[in-house]
Amino acid sequence: MSIIENHETVGSPLSEGAKLRARDVCVFYGEKQAIYNVSLDIRQNEVIALIGPSGCGKSTFLRCLNRMNDTIDICNVTGEILLDGDNIYDPRVDVVPLRATVGMVFQKPNPFPKSIYDNIAYGPRIHGLASSRVELDEIVEKSLQRAGLWNEVKDRLHAPGTGLSGGQQQRLCIARTIAVDPEVILMDEPCSALDPIATAKIEELIDELRENYTIAIVTHSMQQAARVSQRTAYFHLGQLIEVNATDKVFTTPEHQLTEAYITGRFG
Amino acid sequence: MTDSTMTTRQKVEASMRRRRAAETRFRLYGMASVLFGLLCLVVLFGDIFSKGTSAFSQTVLTTTIEIDGDYLDITPDSSESDIMSANYDGLIKRHFKNDVQPKGRSEARSLFSLISSGAGWQIQSQVLEDPSIIGKTVTVDLLVDDDVDQWFKHEYGNDSGSVRLSEKQLEWITGWIDSDALKTQFNTTFFVNGDSREPELAGIRGAITGTLLTLLVTFLLSFPIGVAAAIYLEEFAPKNRLTEIVEININNLAAVPSITFGLLGLAIFINIFGVSRSTPLVGGLVLTLMTLPTIIISGRAAIKAVPPSIREAALGLGASKMQTVFHHVLPLAMPGMLTGTIIGMAQALGETAPLLMIGMIAFVVDVPGFINDPSTVLPVQIFLWSDSPERAFTERTSGAIMVLLGFLIIMNTAAVMLRRRLERRW
Amino acid sequence: MNYSTLLIALLIALGAAYFLGRNRARSLAGQGESMHSLPTHYGALTALWTTLPPLLILIMWVMLEPRIVDALLTMQLPEAIRTASEAEVRLALSKVHNIASDPSMMGQSELGSVAAHLVDLEQRAAILKGGVILSLILLGVAVTWRRIQPDLRARGEVERIVRVMLFASSAIAVLTTLGILVSVLFEAVLFFQKVSPIEFLFGTTWSPQVALRADQSGSSGSFGAVPLFAGTLLISAIAMFIAVPVGLMAAIYLSEYATSRVRQLAKPALEVLAGIPTVVYGFFAALTVAPFIRGVGESVGLDVSSESALAAGLVMGIMIIPFVSSLSDDVINAVPQSLRDGSYGLGATRSETVRQVVIPAALPGIVGAVMLAVSRAIGETMIVAMAAGLAANLTANPLDSVTTVTVQIVTLLVGDQEFDSPKTLAAFALGLVLFIVTLVLNFVAIKIVQKYREQYD
Repeated sequence: MSIIENHETVGSPLSEGAKLRARDVCVFYGEKQAIYNVSLDIRQNEVIALIGPSGCGKSTFLRCLNRMNDTIDICNVTGEILLDGDNIYDPRVDVVPLRATVGMVFQKPNPFPKSIYDNIAYGPRIHGLASSRVELDEIVEKSLQRAGLWNEVKDRLHAPGTGLSGGQQQRLCIARTIAVDPEVILMDEPCSALDPIATAKIEELIDELRENYTIAIVTHSMQQAARVSQRTAYFHLGQLIEVNATDKVFTTPEHQLTEAYITGRFG
Repeated sequence: MTDSTMTTRQKVEASMRRRRAAETRFRLYGMASVLFGLLCLVVLFGDIFSKGTSAFSQTVLTTTIEIDGDYLDITPDSSESDIMSANYDGLIKRHFKNDVQPKGRSEARSLFSLISSGAGWQIQSQVLEDPSIIGKTVTVDLLVDDDVDQWFKHEYGNDSGSVRLSEKQLEWITGWIDSDALKTQFNTTFFVNGDSREPELAGIRGAITGTLLTLLVTFLLSFPIGVAAAIYLEEFAPKNRLTEIVEININNLAAVPSITFGLLGLAIFINIFGVSRSTPLVGGLVLTLMTLPTIIISGRAAIKAVPPSIREAALGLGASKMQTVFHHVLPLAMPGMLTGTIIGMAQALGETAPLLMIGMIAFVVDVPGFINDPSTVLPVQIFLWSDSPERAFTERTSGAIMVLLGFLIIMNTAAVMLRRRLERRW
Repeated sequence: MNYSTLLIALLIALGAAYFLGRNRARSLAGQGESMHSLPTHYGALTALWTTLPPLLILIMWVMLEPRIVDALLTMQLPEAIRTASEAEVRLALSKVHNIASDPSMMGQSELGSVAAHLVDLEQRAAILKGGVILSLILLGVAVTWRRIQPDLRARGEVERIVRVMLFASSAIAVLTTLGILVSVLFEAVLFFQKVSPIEFLFGTTWSPQVALRADQSGSSGSFGAVPLFAGTLLISAIAMFIAVPVGLMAAIYLSEYATSRVRQLAKPALEVLAGIPTVVYGFFAALTVAPFIRGVGESVGLDVSSESALAAGLVMGIMIIPFVSSLSDDVINAVPQSLRDGSYGLGATRSETVRQVVIPAALPGIVGAVMLAVSRAIGETMIVAMAAGLAANLTANPLDSVTTVTVQIVTLLVGDQEFDSPKTLAAFALGLVLFIVTLVLNFVAIKIVQKYREQYD
């Protein structure tokens, strides 16, 4: 399957008053192009799922949204991504406040080799969000509670974070992200390394977080996309094929490639 | 500073000034550290080179001298031993006495001290080479004393006097300079002579020969043993306690101070086995034990890097384990093993401390001919010379260091090139 | 026959035996016999049995001959010398050897007859040696030749022998450690019979040459090694003070900040520092750095010793920089990228990530690296031998001259050695301390680093 020439995304990629707007985003790894002219709006307080076969560029696109690709030397991004109307690729923009606003949760749980408390307190400390120990304690407790981890760890806040189970570690990473009080949370296949029970807990959590945050989640599992998201974007070989309400994508996809993917003809 | 009414974004923005400054500082520390390391390298090399380059030139005095057969009591037909034992020093003294006309004995002595005590040997070797010059007048380039050499190479022309030469001596020297008799030429003595108490006669040939012989012994022992040990540990050793002990041992040995190997050499090789002191043989034995860990560790890495598929293919064709290793694994691992061996040999080449313990510090004038002749090695020669107060020895020490570094650069380049070749294959 | 002739004879025998064995197997196979192994295996077997036994005998001969010859000569020495001290006997023996190697001196000494005896002994030994080796070679060829029959499992036998040889090679590493331990331990025990270990380990006066107090061990010196330990620690501390921050920061800069071009140039350049022989650093320290520090010190009115601990420590630090940086570089690169991503994803700057995530994660490995570097600094000999002094001052002032364990070992063992005086033996006691301390440091460091690596594998 080759790149479709002059492809226009079908469905409704754009919308009024979006939190994040991507316009004509192209990503290159050295000579190789990984993303072709993607334009997509992400609305306030929605969960948008990015799906597609492996290597379709959905993770790459997600990492553009808080400039995590900057850490890769040969990666080059063109186009515009506007957060509340400001282009985050403007040379004057500092990635530090950007990433504090657009947080990220990774595929593999990656707690720091520190205590549970210090893992959560890491972000608030570096950003100077708490003016006192009491305030910091509050942030840690609130974040752990929101991540649904408080009851499990409140008695061992000073035990190492790496000692938790995989699912707990991932919730710890989510709590760590929440502690910075971001506006958008990007999740890169957050459940791919977890068992079904842990996955269910994270999905529940994502649903609760929607009230306060805008969430973009990359997932391999179509069921997960159907369960947690309001809208779904289908990527194919670096192009955004279709964006529609999740129900619509999974019942009556507009594009034949989307249909082929969700009916399992490739993946 | 933080205010509860501020949003997160504002708080983060507020912290940015301080954090950017911290970031810049940290980055500068890092850059400064790298630059400091590089600066040390440049200063070290610059210092050695600025001190050592002049060691490769030597001042000589061109003079026309009559090989007076009557004075020397020899003829072209005299026997070699007569020619050897003739008084060439006297001839030279007489020549300069007539030439310069010093007043009194002490002035004559200060005149003779300008000429190297090796000048007589120079004439002698010329006569030995061609006895027919006896009775004739020849032009020779006589070595001058190191004080004259240093003054001419370093102070001459910048109007400064000399602490080691008197007014009168400088007057004579200036006279020679005016008549174009004094000049510098390439210092062959430095490369063809053994050690000497006189800087202008001291050379590194003895030390280089000693080094080569020592390294030869080291290589002949450490390479086969190291390769064999690496093969055993990687391919045959059972995974048990004993093997584990051997492995821990090798890793530890690689980090044990080299001087303790010298103690072992002294107590075991010399005192118990009666190997003679100061010889390349005992030096090579000690350095073998020292380089073995390096060779074994790199040899194991090289064997490990051979893909298992090659072993499986050979075993699948019915080859025995031994045949598989020697016919298939070993040839593929060889470049890696050689690289490790060269690096080990380069370490051995620069090693000094253990050799001091086993007597390789002796003052050896003769060039060693075989592995059981007393000898010294280049690094020890450097150590010995660095202790001599004469400036000419400082210069020669630096010169010897340059030669040593030259050898090291060649060896390491060879290792790098081998490694490149190795990388291309996989 | 001398050793080199014998070695050449062995080499020739090796080749000849190989061809003999192989051809015998071939001719047997040519007669229609079905051989168990390939002809080359029979060749190798013959070669091994022909050369290994004589080689082993030869090595033993090398070790034993001087002892036996000296024992025989001692009996020939004049009564007066033989009954005198051991040192006299040794002196006389070395004289005999000198005379024997220079025939013109034979008639000039009362030891001439003993020397003549030595020459005679050596000649007989050489003939005997040659005879034994050659007969072993012939015996090996003959026996194996006869053994070569179709049912001889040559391959298995060759492989067993080779395996034993391979094992023996790797056992040399253990033997080396044992050898070091035994040699220093043995002489150190002799030392501790003369000087009490308490005095040695806790005494604060080091003066191996002259007795300071009359009641101290015999005629020579006092052996309180505390000043040496203190000097070693002072110089090592100065070295680590330079090497650890610079090495660590350089490793951080090169692995986290530098572009790949800079890294490719700067890393090998720094490693050149590690390849420079220590004697060169010693020269640099003694002739350039020490006078420089002295000059600077004098210009600000400080009294700096010309063999200051600072000069030696500083240069040692420079030498150890690449050691620390390449070890830390390995350790830092072993920290998984996911931890860095986690930190960047929260909006941390590079330096915050390095300081608060990467370094804490790499800490065990860095500690291991620093311990290895300390062990290296403690055992470093040439820099201190050339740039630090001999004065055993007990001081913490880096501008003073101090001496170290390694310097004293070198000083005590270079020149005349008397293995019955505490002065020479003291070097081995110091060697024992040095060996144990560095061995423990290395062992712990290697374990820590190993464990650290397993954690992220």
